[in-house]
Amino acid sequence: MTKMAQLMQWIDDRFPATKVWNEHLAEYYAPKNFNFWYFFGSLALLVLVNQILTGIWLTMNYNPSGEQAYASVEFIMRDVDWGWLLRYMHSTGASAFFVVVYLHMFRGLIYGSFRKPRELVWLFGMIIFVLLMAEAFMGYLLPWGNMSYWGAQVIINLFSAVPYVGAELTEWIRGDYIISGATLNRFFALHVVALPMALLLMVFLHIVALHKVGSNNPDGIEIKKYKDENGIPLDGIPFHPYYTVKDIVGVAGFLFFFCLIIFFAPDMNGFFLEPPNFTPADPLKTPAHIAPVWYFTPFYSILRAVPDQQLGVVAMAVSLIILFFLPWLDRSKVKSIRYKHWSFRVWLALFVVCFVILGYLGMKGPTPMRTLAAQICTVYYFAFFFLMPWWSRWGATKPVPERVTH
Amino acid sequence: MSNEGVDNGKRRFLTLATTAVGAVGAGFVAVPFLGSWKPSAKAQAAGAPVEVDLSKLEVGQMVKVEYRGKPVFIVKRSDSIIEALKDSKQALKDPESANPEQQPEYVDKAVRSIRPDVMVLVAICTHLGCVPQHKKETEVDWGGGFFCPCHGSRFDLAGRVHEGVPASKNLEVPPYSYITDDKIIIGVDQGVA
Repeated sequence: MTKMAQLMQWIDDRFPATKVWNEHLAEYYAPKNFNFWYFFGSLALLVLVNQILTGIWLTMNYNPSGEQAYASVEFIMRDVDWGWLLRYMHSTGASAFFVVVYLHMFRGLIYGSFRKPRELVWLFGMIIFVLLMAEAFMGYLLPWGNMSYWGAQVIINLFSAVPYVGAELTEWIRGDYIISGATLNRFFALHVVALPMALLLMVFLHIVALHKVGSNNPDGIEIKKYKDENGIPLDGIPFHPYYTVKDIVGVAGFLFFFCLIIFFAPDMNGFFLEPPNFTPADPLKTPAHIAPVWYFTPFYSILRAVPDQQLGVVAMAVSLIILFFLPWLDRSKVKSIRYKHWSFRVWLALFVVCFVILGYLGMKGPTPMRTLAAQICTVYYFAFFFLMPWWSRWGATKPVPERVTH
Repeated sequence: MSNEGVDNGKRRFLTLATTAVGAVGAGFVAVPFLGSWKPSAKAQAAGAPVEVDLSKLEVGQMVKVEYRGKPVFIVKRSDSIIEALKDSKQALKDPESANPEQQPEYVDKAVRSIRPDVMVLVAICTHLGCVPQHKKETEVDWGGGFFCPCHGSRFDLAGRVHEGVPASKNLEVPPYSYITDDKIIIGVDQGVA
């Protein structure tokens, strides 16, 4: 035995290194017909690493106090060597995270990746999505710009809609009668310690659950049905090296766009970093127009579309919660869009259109016409999910192949 | 290990009892963690009452003061405005100020102030907490009052919310009282000082 093999043997006798490597990479068999849509899971992991690394470096110079926060971010931007790059990587990473996660979720939607036996994969993923929203929201307060301040004011006040204890609850979340340094400090603690730990745990569980049941694929069929004499799925290929190499292509493509934004449009014309956030937080002056960052706007539009405060908050909460139930709402006989009845494409296309319109309207100020448009899209959003048990069963499905096609 | 002669009932009881005591202990441990999120003594001290001199306030004018870090608007209303408020042309969600959380009990329910001509309001929109803008009755076609730029809620000059806007509660009237004829203190209830 070579020295290297001896060392590996020494480790394997004490820790399952080779076993874990094989189970999750070298001998983890994934369907061989993955396409473009399967890049976004590994890209999400890449962005997570980017956020954690740049985040750690940002905390080295950031000062989480009401007096110093804004100035310390400017200090990072102007006086810390490479500070501007670390910060833009972090702020662009936040938006990139939502881009890849939305596409990742859409992939699940079109290929039915949440269907039995992958319900827990979907549920862990949904928890990650909600944690990510909390993480992004709290991170947005930290630069202590005026949009940070008033955005947080609006979102924390959502909790005042809770019956009886609403006012006390918001005061407890803020730690003050208004958003102040106390709020900033606790958001900082949650943003850099508590939520990242919870996110990492959920990502771990998401992958453990996925590797238990195996990946779905664009045909929406189970590759474990046909195995060779060694018990290896006939339509499976080892994740490493095949998909690690494929994912590197995705990474290269992703980094091209990521760098383009970081270096040429880091504020993305107000989409990633909003103009009012370049003035310090002012508790006595609301920006003329408050809009959340783009990735929250579809849900924000649903909130505004309802002309009653408490019902609006309920509608927004339900619009998120309903996603958790997707595995049980879809009653179609087949998983993938390829073999579903054509009506699925119509329902889905309209859903995408409504979601994008809601996102657009959430960035704009309210006018009667826009509110009406938001109300129509909100009704469709809920109809899509609440009526899914019925419309997903409607119409004839196409025959599903026994083996994957590619 | 043999399980002979094991009293399963006793085991279950001990497991349950241990779990229950553990849960109670966890509950007590949670108190300092949750309690530390409440406003600190420093934050409470910063929320002390504020005195405002009204002697220089003109009719139609508005002054903005800070109380507990929140903006408070004080508007001097003309007699015609006060009359219009008592018989409002606008459809209001709570014209009689029926929600007791939105104003102290010692203010007049229709005009929502102690002295009819001086309106004192916490300028935090009851929808989602933006600061509304003061609009004079001559500036807009809906009778004047307060307009929230965030989600378009409108309130009349007594802070009462209009129908058909996102906010559902009237603007809050803070606790306040008159020290002299022309001086108020915000944060101290009428009849307490």
